[in-house]
Amino acid sequence: MSTTTADDFHGAHAHDDHHDSDHKPGFFARWFMSTNHKDIGTLYLIFAIMAGVIGGAISGLMRAELANPGIQYLHGWAQMMDGPDATMDQAYHLWNVLITAHGLIMVFFMVMPAIIGGFGNWFVPIMIGAPDMAFPRMNNISFWLLIPAFALLLGSTFVPGGSGNGAGTGWTVYAPLSTSGSPGPAVDMAILSLHLAGASSILGAVNFITTIFNMRAPGMTLHKMPLFVWSVLVTAFLLLLALPVLAAAITMLLTDRNFHTVFYDAAGGGDPELYQHLFWFFGHPEVYIMILPGFGIISQIISTFSRKPVFGYLGMAYAMVAIGVVGFIVWAHHMFTTGMTVNVKMYFTAATMVIAVPTGVKIFSWIATMWGGSLSFKTPMVWALGFIFLFTVGGVTGVVLANGGIDDNLHDTYYVVAHFHYVLSLGAVFALFAGFYYWFPKMSGRMYSEFLGQLHFWVFFVGVNMLFFPMHFLGMSGMQRRVPDYTDALAYWNGIASYGYQIMGVGVVIFFVNIIYAFVAGKKAEGNYWGEGATTLEWTLSSPPPYHQFETLPVIDDSGHH
Amino acid sequence: MSGAKNHDYHILPPAITPFIGAMSALIMAVGAVSWMHPDSMPSHGGAIFILGLLGVLGTMFMWWSDVIREAHAGDHTPVVQLHLRYGMILFIASEVMFFVGWFWAFFDFSLFPSALPPIDGLFPSKGIEVMNAFELPLLNTLILLCSGTTVTWAHHALIHGDRQGLKTGLWLTILLGITFTSIQAYEYAHAPFAFGTTPYGSSFYMATGFHGFHVLVGTIFLIVNLIRAYKGDFTPRQHFGFEAAAWYWHFVDVVWLFLFVAVYVWGGWGAPVHGG
Repeated sequence: MSTTTADDFHGAHAHDDHHDSDHKPGFFARWFMSTNHKDIGTLYLIFAIMAGVIGGAISGLMRAELANPGIQYLHGWAQMMDGPDATMDQAYHLWNVLITAHGLIMVFFMVMPAIIGGFGNWFVPIMIGAPDMAFPRMNNISFWLLIPAFALLLGSTFVPGGSGNGAGTGWTVYAPLSTSGSPGPAVDMAILSLHLAGASSILGAVNFITTIFNMRAPGMTLHKMPLFVWSVLVTAFLLLLALPVLAAAITMLLTDRNFHTVFYDAAGGGDPELYQHLFWFFGHPEVYIMILPGFGIISQIISTFSRKPVFGYLGMAYAMVAIGVVGFIVWAHHMFTTGMTVNVKMYFTAATMVIAVPTGVKIFSWIATMWGGSLSFKTPMVWALGFIFLFTVGGVTGVVLANGGIDDNLHDTYYVVAHFHYVLSLGAVFALFAGFYYWFPKMSGRMYSEFLGQLHFWVFFVGVNMLFFPMHFLGMSGMQRRVPDYTDALAYWNGIASYGYQIMGVGVVIFFVNIIYAFVAGKKAEGNYWGEGATTLEWTLSSPPPYHQFETLPVIDDSGHH
Repeated sequence: MSGAKNHDYHILPPAITPFIGAMSALIMAVGAVSWMHPDSMPSHGGAIFILGLLGVLGTMFMWWSDVIREAHAGDHTPVVQLHLRYGMILFIASEVMFFVGWFWAFFDFSLFPSALPPIDGLFPSKGIEVMNAFELPLLNTLILLCSGTTVTWAHHALIHGDRQGLKTGLWLTILLGITFTSIQAYEYAHAPFAFGTTPYGSSFYMATGFHGFHVLVGTIFLIVNLIRAYKGDFTPRQHFGFEAAAWYWHFVDVVWLFLFVAVYVWGGWGAPVHGG
């Protein structure tokens, strides 16, 4: 089984000429009224970077507070937010607001917009040989709906939400904390923010699925599609089927809060656990939504820098399908401590562990791709290798936590925080940086500094491991998540973690310096700056590609491969 | 050759509708929150909400007017029509999952009623008199099923070039839809149990209410198609707007069948029947 290579490309090579195909609209029309998948992808990436800076700054506040036992700054921040009379209750509420905002921003406004909206929009049409997305205008409302969604979430910080200002419910928005526990408009604003972000993603999912099924260039069969396209296809199905359930769940929150329904109100005969079921029926696919496109990016990069096709291409594609399908039937492993029966616990333990099988297929196939390959350790490759290593660590702790009996002890501890930051902050985010360095010159036309890219990687790698690895120890020592204070015995590793945050922060600064360097002094990028290992269709185009690529569709011919 | 479009896909000019729609959604959301929290948010929440809603409705009107104009301009090549089909089916799939959420709540309450007061393991809870499923709800079931046949009649008429049959079928479907909604409104007004306050009332009204809302949307969709039919739109070979409305209508119909069987018949089984 072969994937498509650039040699298969028989379309008009005149795309490098900048004629009518490169005619761009004026500034306002181009950026506010866009129907161009590359411009919309750029908007998504800029938005995600800004949201990531905000979400990352919030985690800086949290690490500052947690650097030492006792309350350091929290009360002072509460006084800044709520006035000099702020009580300790308001300070603790502020903590809840911080953890909520950090989680929601990183999930809905950083990772998802960057990896699906940004890279998906930029490269799915190009990789399948299409001139744009199937619904270019709908593509734009998917982006623009994120602006009101983000505005509502940020705005909620300034209105009452319980003991203080802001929504302090955690990203899971569990009832009854999110219903009777949080009077005031803040949580309603957060709920409507999720409604809008969800609508954005559902429309995006419809667009991606339609594009991938209907707009593949002649000869680009499903089984020749680059794995990044496969990953976005599976992700889009997860979005399409999971998000509406969240919409229903949070609509019930809204009516319980404002219109006297009792869905989650135990005193009225409702069931608070219903919310958890509905939320995690969405929430578990959601974590795969964040990581699957990362899998796709890593596959492209490992193949490019090993100068080999991906090992076990079909297995890699269907492993993602399997992860997506099984991801819908494991949700209650997030709820092991709600008092479910042993039989139910056994089922969800076993089903969860099954996911390690297709995930293992992916990890081992990446290693087998590199095996015997002609490796070059350019910046995207080191990020991809970092991804494989760190995601595997997070996957292994995931198998630990899958055990209902063990989870009884580890639930809601920092062990869980360590686990999901290894798969997301060190998994999804490493995939994002890998993809960014892989494609940035293609998108911008400018090369970045290889030295700064490598430096960014190593500083970031050291920083995040110092930040998150100690959380395993803290969790096993009993440190609870979502609490701003802890016993003195946990001070040592918390201090190390906070130093790790600062090192990571230096890494992020290097990243921005590198982007500025690229735009100010970066060399012009060639069409295929990675050389013969880069075989997908984006490498047949100029960097940046013409405003409308493939005005004559490429023809994919694999006669050279059989 | 460069610069000329050599494919059948639809490359669109820039459009302001997505931006206006998204900003209207923001106004609508801020208005809704203000409306629900008059004490701590800006006043006139209801007015702000309605302003935003008008913006959203205006966006829909402009957007779909554009789509119809583009169809007339010949932009909807066979492959673009295929896109529209995929888009509609996927949208309906997401709608199905939305209703899964409401059915999940209903079955949670009915199969696993709370053991504590005020529920005491009973569903519907003590003191609730349910509607007789075999009076108005059964009539409504027959009305919706009948409307499914009339919309198919309209479709066949359209395919065979029978414009009068198209209009008659659509008229009947719309009238049946309006009748359904009216009966549903009558039923709500005379329902023997309250909107909130019990799990039965909450899940009954939210599930049937969202269904009713979808009937309303489907009826409007069909009315748009009827207007287009009078204006001479649709050919026997190309009439996706009609088909999308018909698919949506069938979807709404199927949701109702599940509601009727699960909520009205099975959900009220054994409970005291109002007026019975």
